This record gives sequence, C-alpha cells and structure tokens, in this order.
Amino acid sequence: MRRRATVGGHTYEFPTLVELMARATPLRSGDVLAGCAAGSAAERVAAQTVLADLPLATFLEEQVVGYDEDDVTRLILDTHDRAAFAPVAALTVGGLRDRLLAWAAAGDEAAISGLARGLTPEMVAATAKLMRNADLVAVGRRTRVVTGLRSTLGLPGRLASRLQPNHPTDDPVGVTAAIVDGLLSGCGDAVIGINPATDSPARTAALLELVDAVIRRYGIPTQSCVLAHVTTTLRVLEQGAPVDLVFQSVAGTQPANRGFGVTLDLLAEARAGALALGRGTVGRNVTYFETGQGSALSADAHRGVGGRPVDQQTLEARAYAVAREFSPLLVNTVVGFIGPEYLYDGKQVLRAGLEDHFCGKLLGLPMGVDVCYTNHAEVDGDDTDSLMLLLGAAGCTFLIAVPGADDVMLHYQSLSFSDVLTARSVLGLRPAPEFEAWLARMELLDDAGRVRELTADAPTARALLAAATP
Amino acid sequence: MNGERRGSVGVTPTDPLHQGDPWAVLRAATRARVALGRAGDALPTSRELEFRAAHAAARDAVHQPLDPAVLRSALPGEELLEVRSAAPDRATYLQRPDLGRQLAAGTELPRTGADLAVVMADGLSPAAVHEHAPGLVVALRERLTGWTLSPVVLAHQARVALGDAVGEALGARAVVVLIGERPGLSSADSLGVYLTWDPRPGRADSERNCVSNVRPPHGLSYARAADTVAALLTAARELGASGVALKDEGPVLPPGAG
Repeated sequence: MRRRATVGGHTYEFPTLVELMARATPLRSGDVLAGCAAGSAAERVAAQTVLADLPLATFLEEQVVGYDEDDVTRLILDTHDRAAFAPVAALTVGGLRDRLLAWAAAGDEAAISGLARGLTPEMVAATAKLMRNADLVAVGRRTRVVTGLRSTLGLPGRLASRLQPNHPTDDPVGVTAAIVDGLLSGCGDAVIGINPATDSPARTAALLELVDAVIRRYGIPTQSCVLAHVTTTLRVLEQGAPVDLVFQSVAGTQPANRGFGVTLDLLAEARAGALALGRGTVGRNVTYFETGQGSALSADAHRGVGGRPVDQQTLEARAYAVAREFSPLLVNTVVGFIGPEYLYDGKQVLRAGLEDHFCGKLLGLPMGVDVCYTNHAEVDGDDTDSLMLLLGAAGCTFLIAVPGADDVMLHYQSLSFSDVLTARSVLGLRPAPEFEAWLARMELLDDAGRVRELTADAPTARALLAAATP
Repeated sequence: MNGERRGSVGVTPTDPLHQGDPWAVLRAATRARVALGRAGDALPTSRELEFRAAHAAARDAVHQPLDPAVLRSALPGEELLEVRSAAPDRATYLQRPDLGRQLAAGTELPRTGADLAVVMADGLSPAAVHEHAPGLVVALRERLTGWTLSPVVLAHQARVALGDAVGEALGARAVVVLIGERPGLSSADSLGVYLTWDPRPGRADSERNCVSNVRPPHGLSYARAADTVAALLTAARELGASGVALKDEGPVLPPGAG
C-alpha cells in the first residue's frame, strides 16, 4: 500500500514508517535539527491523515527501529500481550484515538487502563500525534496507574510531588534545610529525591543515610532516592546503604542507553537488590526512571530502520517500554531541561509534557513530569504554570518541586513548593493518602485540608527546624 | 511567616530586622531559595519579583548581541578580526547548534601560521565575553611570551567547535576559545575556555580541555585561569594533542578548573 495523501492540492508520499511518524509530529526544534520534521504545515497534516488510516497491527509487523539491531525493539515486541491488544486489534491509529476519547468521556477507566501491555510505544506515540492538547488531558486523566512503596501514588484526586533538595556541594545542612522547607509546604509524598553533585558511592551513601534519618525521625510515609548512576546505587546497596529506590535515566534506543552506561540486565540486577531489602510498607515498586525528548538525538543515537532519523517523541515513548519492564514506583519526563535545540519555546515544551504524560500513562507507567526550563529557551514561569495546571487536570502522578523554583545545583528552573500548593488548590487535588495523614498528624493541615502557613514558633515548625540546625 | 517583614533582595540573617527570626536558620543553611513565605498558596510579591529579576538578567545575558566596540575599547592595540557562524540570527543559533559550529559561507581569514589562535565567541552569554574575555586575553598574553599569536577573532553566533574552523583557516597549531557559558539564575556572566590542539572541523569534545567558570570575583580569577590554560597549552605542545590524552599525562587541573 502506498502511503500518500493530498492536502492543499499537493500529494505527499511517505515511503517508510520512520518518515511517516516523523512528518506527522507537531513541530519541534529537535526534529528540525535531526532533519526529520515535516517540510511544511501541509505535509504534516498529510502525514497525520495517512497515519490515521494506518492499522495498529502494522506496528507489530513493521519497525521504526530494527528488531535485530536494538534490544529496546526486541523488548517491545517480545513482551507484547496479544490478549490485552485484542479489544483494539482491528482499529487504525485514528480509530484508537476516537475509541480512547469515547472511553474517557464515559469514564471507563478499566477499558483504557487495561490496554497497557497490549500497546506498543510506537502505537501510542502515533496516537498522540493525532491528538490535540485537550485530547491528551482527557484520556490521561482516565488512565489509572497505581503504585506504592511507603506511600500510594496515582489514586484519583491526588497529586504527589518529588521534593528535590539539591545543593551545589551536597552539604548535609543545606540539603536538610531544603527538605524541611518542602515538607512545611506539603511536598515530598512521591519521593525526597536528590541529584548528587558528584556520583561517588561514599557521597551517595551519606545522602541516603541523611534522608533516611529524616524520614525515620519524623515518621514520614515517603521514600528517598539519590539519583546516582545505577552502578553507584548497586555498589552502595551491597554495602548496606538504605536504598528505597533504584534510579536511572533511560532512553528509547540501545545505543542511547549504552551512552547512559546501562543495560537491561544491569537494571534488573539493581531492582532485585532493592526488592530484597523489603523496605516497602504499602507496595513493592522500587525503581525510578527519568526520560526526556531529545536524549537520543543528543547522544547521536536516534537512528532507525535504514539509518533514518527517528522523531524524538517516538523515541521518548520507546523509553517507557524500558521503564515498565522494571515495575517503577515513579517515572518522569524532564521536559524543558535539555535546551531549545530540542524544545524551543513554551508551546513546544507544553505540548511535549502533555504527550509524554499521555504516552507514559497509556503504556502503564506512574507518570510524573519535571516542568522546567533553562535560561536560553523561550520559556518562563507563565509557561510552566500552564503546563502544571494542564498536567494536574490530566491526572499527572507527580510534579517535581525545588525551593523557589530555582535548582542551585543543576542550574535550571523547575516548579516551586508553592506551585504544587497552587495546583492542588486550584484543581481540588490532595497529597498521597498516607502523606496527607502525616501532614494532619503534624498539624500542618487546616480544617479544609489545606497546608497551613506555620509560624516559626509552632511546635511542628520548631521540630522540623531542629533537623536543619547544625 | 510574614513575607513583608522578611523583606527584599540582599537581606542577610544579621540584618537587625531579622534577628531572632527562626526561619533564618533555613536561609543561612543554603543558597537555595528556602523559607520564602506565602501569599495564599503562591509566593509573596517581593519574592516573585526577585525571581523575575534574576531570570531577566539571565535572559538578557543570552540575547544581548556581542558588541565589538566594547571589546576593542577594552583591548587597545590588539588587532581584532570578526567572523560569523552559519547561524544568521539568535533564534536560529539557539535551535541549530550545527550551524553555530560552521563559518558563514564566504568567510576569509588570513593564513598566519601562528602557534596559537584566540577566539572570543559569544556562545550563550555575550555578557560574559564583554565582562571577562579582555581581562583573560591580557593575562594569557603575559604568560605566553614564547608563543606567536594570530589576531584575536571575535565570533558571532558561535559554538565552541567554530574555533576548529577558525584555527584551521588561520593555520594555527592550537586554538583557545573564550566563550560565554549558559547563564544560570545566579551567574549570568560566566566564561568558559576551551583548548584544542591542531584544530580542524570534526574534532570531538573529548579532544579538548576546558576551564570553566571564569568569573571573578565569584568564580575563577583571570590569573588562575590563565595559569591553567598556559600549562595545558605547554603540555599539549609537548604531547602534540589535547583532550583526554592530555588530562591523563599532563598537569593536574586545579580544583574547580575542569
């Protein structure tokens, strides 16, 4: 079958699936940089038109990245669940979009959520390319993924947060001050997660001990994570460090993962190590992954069948296949961190954040987002507000928050603790249930369930401040 | 917490207004923006404006054009050449790093055969180049008495690797690129220095050595940065290579220089 469509009197033809997917992708700078973006608005709609009529089953027969060359493709196809796929097996990509929107409107969460193992990343990425932002929100909010370790994440009406207390030198008092500030703002129910300034086992172990001590001292129902390389985490696991979560950045191609220094076997080994510690109380999800559009391109590991460049949104969805293999507690895309050569402005960042959330959720991941930007992108706090509120409406599992929206170690801007409070109050969302109960015990909630602004002499404030006093 | 009371930019915990403020414990512990107070669920106006001011400074540092007049007046007596990359404007530059690594079509440079070419490149912070590149060039000249230098090249819309094309065109044995680093909220004018032996297009990043955060008085001083660069250049000349190989066999970089 020849894949072509006529738009505006011009007929466009798409010889390969790789090109069809790329040309159908809403405009973003990374695809232009890779040389795979549509050459015009008309060509983009023509590609979307062809993609809409493509049977979903095509993706089981025809690859974007080759099966023999890439272990992510093999993972995707070898673990595909035909029974889960059955309800939509006869549909086209456009047909799946329509069906998902119908189920979402009817509130049929079971029908949507049950598809996860039957869908491949490429099917989901293709569907996202046909969806408007509101479609991505509508389906995202009806896709249920619940995970747990010491708090339960992903329940309806909840919005969790990762408290990110980074410090330029990993100073224990500095890190603790940021943790206390975040806890006082009701943040940290997804994880207290630190990016270490240096990836050494000793430093990683010290930070793990520090956060674990705070969690135990105040009985906080949450988990810690030091986002060191998985090999570092494995080392400290063997030395007996209190590892709640194994973290790793992952990407959608084997060479990109090689660039991160990870293999699927290594991730499996680390997960087994953390599981064996049995540190969960309400669940057994012990991994945490970060991803982001553009990571494969930035590693020059973005090519697919025939050496053609694959669009960054499709590659991002493929990273989710890697993540879901390890039953994560948390996954988040870091959506504006990588720079304007991949996502240029607020419009592109907003779109990518919603796409990633939708694709991750539909594939069965507890999807969160680091809503962020760098100073050389055309993005500011108004743009992050918009994405944050749309993600809240889309049922996003968790958001990342740093003191005052300013990460003084990684030098970029994310959301602030205040932003999380705003998203929760504007949208009527609440923290994870165990964490909410802890906030109540600590007298941090008012009668309406909102996080109170304490005076420094309040007993809870005094108790928490004691942790940050050298 | 009362945002009004805890006030505005530059207030330190020793300010008389803030003595006895228990929240000062948090602020003294980290440079992070902790204990900001609240207006409802949002930040108080003063805190919001502080953040915007920092972001504005960083944005302006990125978008302010490189001004040759500023550099000429800061380096009297220095012969300066000007080149542009293949990125015609700032928006293209930001989205197409590949174009920022190539010289604009038709660029001509004199073949000098000098030991060293010095390039002042706008990078992501022309403000950093205005502020710190002249001082570093002077400090480098003082330390490189045994080296012939080609005229200093000002490069517009330039990435680090543009120095490879410039160095090759000039016929220089090595190139040092002084380039504006990506501005952070607290540091909009940080200069980076990249050294490449035998420059030519296609050199990998692993074939360069870098000294970053040249930004007195908060970051590295010109003298210390120039000491390091001169030592690296001398070692590169002995080895006939720069980058990873040089790091392994050459002098150990001072802390914070790498």
